[in-house]
Amino acid sequence: MRATVTIRPKSGILDPQGEAVQTSLSSLGYPVTKARVGRIVDLELGADDAAEARSQVERMAEELLANPLIESFEIEIEIEVEHT
Amino acid sequence: MSLRPRIAVVTFPGSLDDGDMRLALELIGAEPVPLWHADERLPDEIGAVVLPGGFSHGDYLRCGALAKLAPVMRSVHAFATAGGPVLGVCNGFQILCEAGLLPGVLRANRQLEYVCCDVTISVEETVATMLSDLEPGTALGLPIKHGEGNWYTDDETFAEIADRGQIAFRYLADVNGSRDLVAGVCNEAGNVLGLMPHPEHAVDRLLGPVGGAQVLEGLVTAARDHLGVAA
Repeated sequence: MRATVTIRPKSGILDPQGEAVQTSLSSLGYPVTKARVGRIVDLELGADDAAEARSQVERMAEELLANPLIESFEIEIEIEVEHT
Repeated sequence: MSLRPRIAVVTFPGSLDDGDMRLALELIGAEPVPLWHADERLPDEIGAVVLPGGFSHGDYLRCGALAKLAPVMRSVHAFATAGGPVLGVCNGFQILCEAGLLPGVLRANRQLEYVCCDVTISVEETVATMLSDLEPGTALGLPIKHGEGNWYTDDETFAEIADRGQIAFRYLADVNGSRDLVAGVCNEAGNVLGLMPHPEHAVDRLLGPVGGAQVLEGLVTAARDHLGVAA
């Protein structure tokens, strides 16, 4: 089973990296008014129950992958389809 | 027992300032004891623990986020909870925040640039034990060198910790976007202190300002008190 954790700077939290990216994109001539930079963590899990996997990944995100003070996260669980 | 309290200096993979910290502590009047991040126990008769600056685990994920899981941190937690003095400098401050021993988080500098310069910080009205001999308002000169020193916490937490005297140091001028110019904070009990500037680099007149000496003297005093030895 695979999980993708998308970590973003919380809305309202200053993101200087995003601001720098926005400025650079604008200087290239793109009409970008805002950019926020986050992080994606792809995980391969041994679990075979999707609900169990999700709750495990939630704990991982809270304990380590994201800092809840400044970051929010979203979890996507992908169940692999068996090919015959 | 010797007059020189034993102070453990933890080295993580990627620590840089552990050597300078040991030298500075020796100069100030302590007996530095090197400690490796994988050590599970603190050495005997330790009066304080220091987490030095550097780039533990290459700053992967977030600064200090991986180091907080080091085996030694369990013992550091227990030591801090029992009232033992713990000082975190720069990356050590980041680790203490990530470990939940200090409030807030250190984010990328507002200007997105690494800063390396001498700064002046003021000692605030604080419950930090290590600073109890310093008058609030005392100005200290010492260097900073960091890319992620922009301390932040939310409004509610900020009001609480400011009320409780947990703001330990402020920069006199904005250097990194840090909330309310905060340069260092302590825990509620006052025994755990973290700051971005480097006291260990500011103890010898030959090398610039010497404001670090007063911070480390406070640490040594706190270590002596913790061990119950007279100076």
